[in-house]
Amino acid sequence: MAHAETHAAEAHGHADHAPQSFIWKYVFSKDHKVIGIQYYVTAMFMALIAGLLAMTIRLQLAWPEKTFPSLNFLTKGYTDGVMNPEFYAMLFTMHGTIMVFFVLSTAPVSGFGNMLIPLQVGARDMAFPFLNGLSFWTFLPGCIVILSSFFVGAGAAAGGWTSYPPLSALRSAVPGSEMGQTLWIIGMVFFIASFTMGGLNFVTTILNMRTKGLSMMRMPMTLWAMFLVAVLGLLSFPALTAASLMLLFDRHFGTSFFIPSGLVLSGQVVNHQGGSPLLWQHLFWFLGHPEVYILMLPALGFTSDIMVAFCRKPIFGYKAMVGAMLAISGLSFVVWGHHMFVSGMSPYLGMAFAVGTMLIAVPSAVKTFNWLATLWRSRIIFKTPMLWAMGVVSLFISGGLSGIWLGQTALDIHFHDTYFVVAHFHLIMAGAALFGVFGATAFWFPKMFGRMMNDTLGKIHFWFTFLAYYCTFFPMHYIGLAGHMRRIYDPYQYEFLKNLQPINQFITISAFILGASQILFFINYFWSAFRGEKATDNPWNAAGLEWTTPSPPGHGNWPGEIPEVHRWPFDYSVPGAEKDFVLQTDPAPIGDKAGSH
Amino acid sequence: MSASHAVSADAHWGGGVSPFAASWQKTMMWIFIVTDALLFSALLCGYGYLRMISPVPWPETTEVFSIPFIAFMTFVLITSSMFMGTAVTAARLGDMKKARNNVVLTILGGLVFLGCQAYEWSHIIHEGARLTGALPGSELAHLGVPPQFPSSFFLLTGFHGSHVISGLVILIITATRTSMGKTPPQGVEMAGLYWHFVDLVWVFIFTLFYLLPS
Repeated sequence: MAHAETHAAEAHGHADHAPQSFIWKYVFSKDHKVIGIQYYVTAMFMALIAGLLAMTIRLQLAWPEKTFPSLNFLTKGYTDGVMNPEFYAMLFTMHGTIMVFFVLSTAPVSGFGNMLIPLQVGARDMAFPFLNGLSFWTFLPGCIVILSSFFVGAGAAAGGWTSYPPLSALRSAVPGSEMGQTLWIIGMVFFIASFTMGGLNFVTTILNMRTKGLSMMRMPMTLWAMFLVAVLGLLSFPALTAASLMLLFDRHFGTSFFIPSGLVLSGQVVNHQGGSPLLWQHLFWFLGHPEVYILMLPALGFTSDIMVAFCRKPIFGYKAMVGAMLAISGLSFVVWGHHMFVSGMSPYLGMAFAVGTMLIAVPSAVKTFNWLATLWRSRIIFKTPMLWAMGVVSLFISGGLSGIWLGQTALDIHFHDTYFVVAHFHLIMAGAALFGVFGATAFWFPKMFGRMMNDTLGKIHFWFTFLAYYCTFFPMHYIGLAGHMRRIYDPYQYEFLKNLQPINQFITISAFILGASQILFFINYFWSAFRGEKATDNPWNAAGLEWTTPSPPGHGNWPGEIPEVHRWPFDYSVPGAEKDFVLQTDPAPIGDKAGSH
Repeated sequence: MSASHAVSADAHWGGGVSPFAASWQKTMMWIFIVTDALLFSALLCGYGYLRMISPVPWPETTEVFSIPFIAFMTFVLITSSMFMGTAVTAARLGDMKKARNNVVLTILGGLVFLGCQAYEWSHIIHEGARLTGALPGSELAHLGVPPQFPSSFFLLTGFHGSHVISGLVILIITATRTSMGKTPPQGVEMAGLYWHFVDLVWVFIFTLFYLLPS
């Protein structure tokens, strides 16, 4: 048929000659592996910046009364060694924005997605390599625009990563509402455009480019996660695009989409009427809630795929795991209102959102118990990737349980905008995503650079990070319960929060240890990339299709024909098989016992 | 159990053909259309929300617009879609000349639509509509329209118009390349998908913005 011919032509088209010059090979590359690494390293750099912002936030919360003359070089931020309140608002805004979009959406999705999808589906490259390259070169200007906002005008955006109007809609509201907020919107538009191009490629590659024999229900969990993440992104980001467009109009062309009548600013009634800040909140969270699953789902996929390789057991409940991911993704579109329980909502509607939120606990529990069942009575090999995978499970549980509390309308009245929320999402969304990325990095490093990461250094990095992470974010539950507000410049101006300063100091010291221990990761990553031990093609004895490529895979991924797939990627310790794993490409029917089912 | 995943590959798909039996290019166009449709949905939801909460009642659109004129615009756009459909069928049957001619007719329809929209905009601007609201003392201000009325009008129709323009650019490229014999039948079909989508969006805007009584 015509389709088959088209496909044959495509397959050859993708396997065209490898570019030779440095600039086409490593800079404006169309090779999915290079693009993946480009995304990953850019996200690392952004993480460094956003991490430093977080450290500055913690410094302020622990010792607001102390002066730090050495920080006076941050001219906008400090006057005589004391932080300016406006600067504090810029810090938490930009920390959130950069971490959510430019680090934790980028590294797992754009980084590992590009890296792994063609290797795991058995394709020479993504469906549309040019669009893929364009996606990265749209992302990079977004990063530059977002970072440049610190140096332009009165400083970066300061309305929170959620950019609620009127702070974001009125240019004279706070210093960050000026040029900084405009650049925030422009940076986000670049990001959304890039993420959309990436998402189109992800979905079409996974749907259309799978090699022979790789049916959907034989895909590794990482592929499922990438597929669903791309779908979530494509369906939810348009809401933010529309909202950003309207916000831009409110800010620069005088419309009143988000600005209500009679708003008073510096003693003057603003010249806008009839808009609604709630509209922004609805549109933002229609993106915002699926977005947190965009961060988390890849980590859940990595965890499953890593876990089987170090438990030497097939995944427990594959269909249930896929179903749970589908359910989580579907439900993510109908629960956005739980971010807005206190911003004015019919109690009946609030109840519907609360019930939807509770429902997410069901597929989440399915995932957790299936992981535990995979671990159950297996001889676990404790290598760095496995430690991170188990870290993800730990954070998924401890962060997930507080989600059930926050989803209750009645309890949320107390918890809303307290450190309880900060604790919750740092554990589950940020933490799980971060640990997932670390695990995936250690696991798939051979496919990135053809070398192994140092396992000892990796383990030290894991234990420091794991303990410091809990010490940083777990106490935040308590101060949140005690009423410590989120996004507050100096909590100790309130009598009832004064006794929380020692806890805040403990959190800050833990956060500094957490931040400092990431240096170990940077050293390990770059040292191993150039000097690490050479990796064999399948160093973990894993069963997935990507382990049939050379380490690192060359241009076109497989030197010869693209292999055919005969089974799922979870065949470990199969009775009757020669080795304790059977590669996905192995055509031989396994021993009689396994063959009969 | 696990071995059920090791049954012969023939039970599974053979690779290289999609679950929808469409090439990746066409699949990608469809998915792009879905995301773009959601962008318009978000804008329309925003408009509906603001209209519902507006403290000032929404004006009767019949008092502001000439509905027969808008209906004519809609008719032109839908007719252009018909030409587009003919072009796609002709391309599939291999009659690239007929395909090109029908794409040119589609372009003409799009241009007439854009011309009508330009007239429509200048007309309502003349009546006193500004992006920020009705000009004080103007005809529109006399009707007491809320500022969200002209704001959402310009945003919705403007954003749709920008899509019509990009659609025309795609069609002009398609027509030129078809004349040169460089467009495969699928290229005409993909341009057609986008053009039908732009039309469909207009049908929603026409219904929800122009026809819905206050």
